[in-house]
Amino acid sequence: MLNDGVRLAWTQFWAIVWKDLRAEARTRQAWMSMGLFALLTLVVFNFAFDLRVTNQATVGPGALWIAFIFASILGLARNITAEQDRGPMDRLLMTPVDRSVVYLAKVVGNVIVISVIETVALPIFALLYNLPILQPMIAPITLLGTVGVAAVGTQFAALAANTRARELLTPLLIFPLIVPVVIGAVRATEALFTPIHGDAPWLGLLAAFDVIFLSISAVTFQFVVEE
Amino acid sequence: MNAQTLPIDAARATATPSAAPLAEGMRLAGLVKAFDARPVLRGLTYTLPAGRTLVIFGPNGAGKTTLLRTLATLARPTAGRAWVAGCDVAEEAGEARRRVGYVGHQPHIYEDLTARENLLFFARMYGLRDGAARADALLARVGLSRRANDRVRAFSRGQAQRLALARGVIHEPAALLLDEPDTGLDQEALALLERLVAERRERGQTTILTTHHLERGLRLGDEALTLVRGRIAYAGAASALDVAAVERLYAGQPIGGRLEGGATC
Repeated sequence: MLNDGVRLAWTQFWAIVWKDLRAEARTRQAWMSMGLFALLTLVVFNFAFDLRVTNQATVGPGALWIAFIFASILGLARNITAEQDRGPMDRLLMTPVDRSVVYLAKVVGNVIVISVIETVALPIFALLYNLPILQPMIAPITLLGTVGVAAVGTQFAALAANTRARELLTPLLIFPLIVPVVIGAVRATEALFTPIHGDAPWLGLLAAFDVIFLSISAVTFQFVVEE
Repeated sequence: MNAQTLPIDAARATATPSAAPLAEGMRLAGLVKAFDARPVLRGLTYTLPAGRTLVIFGPNGAGKTTLLRTLATLARPTAGRAWVAGCDVAEEAGEARRRVGYVGHQPHIYEDLTARENLLFFARMYGLRDGAARADALLARVGLSRRANDRVRAFSRGQAQRLALARGVIHEPAALLLDEPDTGLDQEALALLERLVAERRERGQTTILTTHHLERGLRLGDEALTLVRGRIAYAGAASALDVAAVERLYAGQPIGGRLEGGATC
């Protein structure tokens, strides 16, 4: 019985992930807007800060994560709002699917969508900022940072989706909560270029944030999407 | 498989919970639903035996959609209780969702998926092992086989509504909730809808529908419930009503019939 329940939840989880990715692969709306936004941010920051060898390693990671986070929120808000606005979310919630499964599937779908943008943006960043970012450790940093942003973003984009001022409300709700992710991701990325002996375990902070926020949100998501 | 019949044998083979015998199709016990301080349903009490077709009439704002959304577990009762297909919609929401199908007046289909993908997706959500066979049979049934692999975005409203109808019955629900399902349907699709309701009645499955088309509603329903301003104005046999009687109820004029709690007005 328990196995049947777990198997059904697993099937439902991948069905939702597949559905979201399939729809995005066909429209490419989120990818286009997020990709262009990330690219523009990286280019503008490159010119605005007049980067030199002395400050590249300090400013670069900040610019990179600003591009990632703003682009992510753009895509997250669109993903959830489109489903709730046009009503299919109601029909999804009428099926016997646990709300935590819906939440976790949405987070995974969002992480995959954002990761595609990041994979394209990283070489561009390396080129524009002349920093050796394409090294193995960037993968866990980017993944943990992205999971953190998607975990918070999915929850609060769903919360704001039923309000009139959702375009304003979504970033207002998300940004204060992802401050630990911003700090952790930027510092961990910076440490790739200028390692500091005895520095805080930024990857650990990111992982802890992800675990805590995913757990809390998985449990509370039903109160966000249900009446 | 005959394209003109629902995949009943396949449904029995997978032994979904909806196959369990159920004595009551729907029961309301003092059901109240309010939004903020505004009551929409004002203490409804009513019992529908399983296997019957109930048509709910009421002018705009009477509470028809709110009642169906409550039965579909999308809205929680403010007070009182409601059961559908033998399940308490608040306490046993998960089981109720397995047993209930819903078709609203808006199709609410995933527009960037194809018709077949939409049905397969919902088959997976219900854990159906024969989802592909059911999807194909239902697409044939609603006349969308040729468009099975087209994206729903390119569908007309009527076609999308047909697909929504197929999605609503893909898990062979013990109780099917139809909220103005006839909106935007052409004559052929309306005939399909009527056949579907008739077949469910023959199989002993409960169907609850709302409609503004009084003649059609009276033709389809075994039982009728008329809501006026969130209260039951009539509950009884549909055959005891005609269009003029329903219109009198809308205007607040009493006619013979069973009221809440068995009273007669």
